[in-house]
Amino acid sequence: MTTTTEPAGPAGKTPGRSGGLSPRKRQQIIRYVQYAVFVGLVVVAALLADWPRLSDQFLNFGKLEGRWGTLFTTALKNTIIYTLLAYAVGMVIGLVVALMRLSQAAPYRWFALVFIEIFRGLPALLILVLFAFVLPVAFPIFANPPGGVYFQVAVGLGLVGAAYMAETIRAGIQAVPKGQLEAARSLGMSRGRAMISIVIPQAFRIVIPPLTNELVLMFKDSSLVFALGVTANEIELTKFGESISIEKVNPTPIIAAGLAYLIITIPLGFVVRRLEARQAKAR
Amino acid sequence: MSAVNHVVEIRDLHKSFGNLEVLKGIDFTVDRGQVICVIGPSGSGKSTLLRCVNLLEEPTKGTVLVDGADLTDPDIDIDAARRQIGMVFQQFNLFPHLKVLDNLTIAQRRVLKRGKAEAVRVARENLAKVGLEDKANSYPAQLSGGQQQRVAIARSLSMDPDLMLFDEPTSALDPELVGDVLTVMRKLAQDGMTMLVVTHEMAFARDVADRVVFMDGGVIVEQGPPSQVISDPQHERTKIFLRRVLDPTHVEVGGASDVDTLDASRSHETGTPPVDPTHRGGGGVGGF
Repeated sequence: MTTTTEPAGPAGKTPGRSGGLSPRKRQQIIRYVQYAVFVGLVVVAALLADWPRLSDQFLNFGKLEGRWGTLFTTALKNTIIYTLLAYAVGMVIGLVVALMRLSQAAPYRWFALVFIEIFRGLPALLILVLFAFVLPVAFPIFANPPGGVYFQVAVGLGLVGAAYMAETIRAGIQAVPKGQLEAARSLGMSRGRAMISIVIPQAFRIVIPPLTNELVLMFKDSSLVFALGVTANEIELTKFGESISIEKVNPTPIIAAGLAYLIITIPLGFVVRRLEARQAKAR
Repeated sequence: MSAVNHVVEIRDLHKSFGNLEVLKGIDFTVDRGQVICVIGPSGSGKSTLLRCVNLLEEPTKGTVLVDGADLTDPDIDIDAARRQIGMVFQQFNLFPHLKVLDNLTIAQRRVLKRGKAEAVRVARENLAKVGLEDKANSYPAQLSGGQQQRVAIARSLSMDPDLMLFDEPTSALDPELVGDVLTVMRKLAQDGMTMLVVTHEMAFARDVADRVVFMDGGVIVEQGPPSQVISDPQHERTKIFLRRVLDPTHVEVGGASDVDTLDASRSHETGTPPVDPTHRGGGGVGGF
């Protein structure tokens, strides 16, 4: 009885099939069109490009002959030194500012907030220049600071990094469950001791991925040093690439400097992704 | 000095969170070696009361004396006072970044300034007491909830406290793990530890407590030996509560008018059911 009534619809339609293409087929066709457009654009760009000139201009690594040593042993080395110095300064100041931001004492909180807003709100380049040219005038003791450019960079970029790291570390501290501090205090620990032994170690575990990301950003920001006028010994990657390319009237050295940056930033990015994945699993 | 005979003496304790008055005048005492169980519906203020005893919550008014020291005195060294008071939390609150053994030694070393060997010896002793000496080198996350709570008890015991506070120690556990923790607590009571226990485990309260305190609406409604409060409650509110807890499948929903009164008296708190409003209090680590 019931079997005869099932296909009785005049067009033999089944529910969910409105005729024409199924959603899956439609999706497939759209996807193929997208691929085709993409491949087409790449082919057109490849055909239109002036390959001989491109490779002469940008991949002419012969222009770097005799300079590879300087690229790695001076420029890349200095970039790393500038980064690590600024990162260390930023981490220490950032932790202090984060703690001030969470302090019970209102003046500390205000100071921390003003610090963060200023150093996050101003361009890093401006701060660097400010420290290099204004501070020596304002405070004569900074006229010839020990460490020269290294000192200026460590402080200038360090303060900028500190503002960002302070907010990251603060978020990490706040992400530690309140019960941890309560348990520590119940055991008779003072607030400071509880922070040092219990809360901050857990907070850093939480913020290692974003702090590593901050290291990558700082590595790139170290290129701003080139605005300070550095000597040959203090040269870093961007300044190096730029000055050789002017000297040789060829942009290839800039490409080489860029590749040197990627040697560091790509593995670091990989590390960040691994750390994040590990943390997601632990949660 | 009669006050010194009481390990805990609470006088006219009030606590408000904003406009919400959670404790409305509590008076009670705990004597040395006594086990007091505090029972009552959620939101009745029992956890807040417990947290006032080691000043995790600051009383709005009233005095809290522990071993004769007035914890509400603003000039008291609260860290020194807390060394005498062990606290076990519903959520265990073990330090996840430290191994079990280090969870037990860190406060001994940093607070009591014990040497490493001494701290480790005390820690192992207390781990043995809770039956977990083989877990010394595990991390808390590798343990079951029941094991974590026993480690938390051992952590508190390692400080040689005069008084142990338990804030619903079995409420976050799977039913089959509750027994392990209660057994440890019963042993502790037999050894003469002074204990103040907020709990929903009526069997534990009946068997172990010297006195049961029933709280509702921020006041102590009734207290006395378990044979009286649990087996033969005098107040209507206690009777309703116990009927609901002991026989949850036969609760008269919307039936008797007294049930409605109980619900009405609590209705302003039911927005945050299983947790006392105290836990939302400070907000973040900057709380106190």
